[in-house]
Amino acid sequence: MTAPSDRVTVRLTVNGRPVAHVVEARRSLADFLREDLGLTGTHVGCEHGVCGACTVLVDGRSARSCLLFAAQLDGRAVTTIEGLTPAAGLSPLQESFRVCHAMQCGFCTPGMIVTVTELLAQEPTPSTETIREAISGNLCMCTGYVNIVRAVEQAVAARPTEARA
Amino acid sequence: MKPAPFRYARADSLAEATALLAAAPGDTKLLAGGQSLVPMLNMRLVRPAVLVDVNGLRELTGITPLPDGGLRLGALTRHAELAASPLVRERAPLLAEAARHVGHAAIRNQGTLGGSVAHADPAAELPAALLALDARVHITGPHGAREVAADAFFRGLLTTALEPEEILTAIEIPAPPPGWGFVEIARRPGDFALAGVAVVVRPGRRPLTLPSPARGGEGIEAVRLVGFGVGDRTLRLIGAERVLGGGPLDAEAAARAGAAAGADCDPPSDVHGSAEYRRHLATVLTERALLQAAARLAGHAR
Repeated sequence: MTAPSDRVTVRLTVNGRPVAHVVEARRSLADFLREDLGLTGTHVGCEHGVCGACTVLVDGRSARSCLLFAAQLDGRAVTTIEGLTPAAGLSPLQESFRVCHAMQCGFCTPGMIVTVTELLAQEPTPSTETIREAISGNLCMCTGYVNIVRAVEQAVAARPTEARA
Repeated sequence: MKPAPFRYARADSLAEATALLAAAPGDTKLLAGGQSLVPMLNMRLVRPAVLVDVNGLRELTGITPLPDGGLRLGALTRHAELAASPLVRERAPLLAEAARHVGHAAIRNQGTLGGSVAHADPAAELPAALLALDARVHITGPHGAREVAADAFFRGLLTTALEPEEILTAIEIPAPPPGWGFVEIARRPGDFALAGVAVVVRPGRRPLTLPSPARGGEGIEAVRLVGFGVGDRTLRLIGAERVLGGGPLDAEAAARAGAAAGADCDPPSDVHGSAEYRRHLATVLTERALLQAAARLAGHAR
């Protein structure tokens, strides 16, 4: 049995890269990514699971990184917006966001991209209603969502047919 | 918005978790999905000295069919698993439907059935579905295991029959009834419901011809009507159940039960809606949930 401790050693992979760290027990995954690993693409908004700005993938499934402690991530694989972005240029989904003006201030965008990435992995050709429901947990205070929905629809339409099957 | 300092321990077995909890039951919290606990930690509404991470406990996982047609659901079953599991959809479609309404995808990926039940938010979907389904809550503690009927489990606002040194291990639900309904009203998908109703109906011996007009002799055997977001806890709408009695379940009976449901509940007022509005919702949603159940019963009898 591990005795309760205020410092915890975690070994995990972040964007495919193995990471080992000693963290304070109360360190959120969001703060761990931003402060300890310098991955500032994950944004911290409400810090209680409402705004969706800090959404990341844990073992391929979306999660609020403000509602997980880094200490819990031992042995897990985390993917952030940095991990969804090609070394050069933009991913097709990101490019759709750019073309459709699906952002203004950009604060919600990383969380949106992560959430939509999971959606499209599970449902390659979502209806407009499904897209709206999927992003309803990611608050955007600028756009009114119209262009975000359009960007997702365009990304779906632009995919090669076999990817949409 | 950072939690107060705490110590963290990862339990590797139920025995370990029980021992860690027993060491300081009033000052220790179990960490499962964390989707209700961590916001409360971040806002410092709770400040436990120790968090025991139970996510690694295999004893608390799994969806198992029971010989009587029911299901055993490990406490760590995630909402997303409930919503997607073919076994849950077949044997407890009400529960799968309720799980679909909990929060957003990211919340459903993490949040657990046991956590939702132990947290006992009066507006939560899963406790309401389980109460309607007549579930049994399995609990273990330093003095052994016990089980509590859902009817005796939810005691008040965020208050249950679970003692501080006990762990909720599993939920068992009996064989599925053919008639069920689930309706909620929320401002956006994923928000806590302003009000909602879950209902389970077992048919009487004679076939039902619903929702056509009532005919003598066609009745329902048992009904369990539960409101959420309409009181200080997940609430059986007993008055509405009595109105239905063993009589036929038709549009007129559903409307009478709805009216009774309004009187059964004691809803809170807040910025999202007044008590009066929530009472109105309880009336309307009871009627709708019953009509859903009636339609399913009619389909089943065919």
